[in-house]
Amino acid sequence: MSRAGALLAREVALAWGKGGGPLVTLGFYVGTATLLPLATGPEPARLAAIATGMAWVALALAALLSLERLFERDFEDGALDLMVLSPVPLELVCALKCLGQWIATGAPLALAAPLAAIGLGAKPELVPLILACALVGGLAFAFTGGIGAALSLGARRGGLLTAVIVLPLFVPPVIFGGAALDAFASGLPWQAGLALLGAYTAAAVALGPLAMAAACRNALS
Amino acid sequence: MISQLSLENLAICRGGRTLFAGLSHTLTTGQALALTGRNGAGKTSLLRAIAGLVALETGQVGFGGLDPAEARAGGLHLIGHLEGLKPGRTAGEELTFWRRWLGGSSGAFESAVVTLELSTLLDLEVRRLSAGQRRRLALARLLAAPRPLWLLDEPLSPLDAGWRERLGQIMAGHLAGGGLIVAAVHDPLPIPAITLEIGS
Repeated sequence: MSRAGALLAREVALAWGKGGGPLVTLGFYVGTATLLPLATGPEPARLAAIATGMAWVALALAALLSLERLFERDFEDGALDLMVLSPVPLELVCALKCLGQWIATGAPLALAAPLAAIGLGAKPELVPLILACALVGGLAFAFTGGIGAALSLGARRGGLLTAVIVLPLFVPPVIFGGAALDAFASGLPWQAGLALLGAYTAAAVALGPLAMAAACRNALS
Repeated sequence: MISQLSLENLAICRGGRTLFAGLSHTLTTGQALALTGRNGAGKTSLLRAIAGLVALETGQVGFGGLDPAEARAGGLHLIGHLEGLKPGRTAGEELTFWRRWLGGSSGAFESAVVTLELSTLLDLEVRRLSAGQRRRLALARLLAAPRPLWLLDEPLSPLDAGWRERLGQIMAGHLAGGGLIVAAVHDPLPIPAITLEIGS
């Protein structure tokens, strides 16, 4: 347990460390959310209709940014070798790294998501649901994103490869979260969308680490 | 506790090329093995294969009857030229993390800091350390979390003459305490060791 705690603390510290990873990600998120209305036109009615959707897509894109360094850094400097040579299963190591990623960047992004949506003209009643979707969906982004990051270990331009692998995996959470928000805004039952998002996240958390560990072992051998 | 390391008829292929084949040797507690050979002969690959990170083409590595997965998880240290240290973190943070990760006690941490004279370096970022200081920080893991089998890849290369001698004393102490050492080297080890030439 002490090992797991030490690793989680290290992952969060590395993500928050010099270079301000999460702040850059937040900046990117705010930038994307500001750019979208410039392209669609500023009429409040049109913006309000697509505000939650835009905030949600921008969130998915921002979640991609910090994935590149998730395994690459430890792979390049040999730390991953030492993590394998330990009683802690590699699957748990991968899960902890993704959890650290979510704490360091996913949670701050989730807090920014309602602000971005309101700024774009979404109704304030949506705030709790946007926050819930962003928190749950962020966990799915971190765990599916980790699969892409592990698979592209050792590849040249791994960051781009990660994005190409991961974007299809981001499709279901974007659809489920978007559907829940859209239904809530139109006064329809929204629980199903959130439940599906939760189910996808649960599957990603359960199965993602198996795929990541296999990819890491392959990259190390 | 690993009391014996047996290499039985090992062969390793990397990138479709056989590095070596038919390599056998048995090392018992208190012995050191120096792996020599030209660059690219497969010394590092052999160390990584003993650690289970590189797949063997043939043969097997035995740890004196212990389950290999268990022996590798808690019984060996691998110190390579990739030192697993993050440039942006301080030496103290990194050593503390690895001590906890490898399951060492805080008393062992203190003695590692004293033996490798790291106390003045602990507050510095790893990027500010010289190559020799970084290597000492990596070697401190050996003492911060005692494990019987040490796999060392070129442990001497960035160290100055004084520290090479000190490392010799540390290694001699480990062997006297019942440890085993396998080291890939170009210069002779500063302790009595069996030499095994790879890829000759």
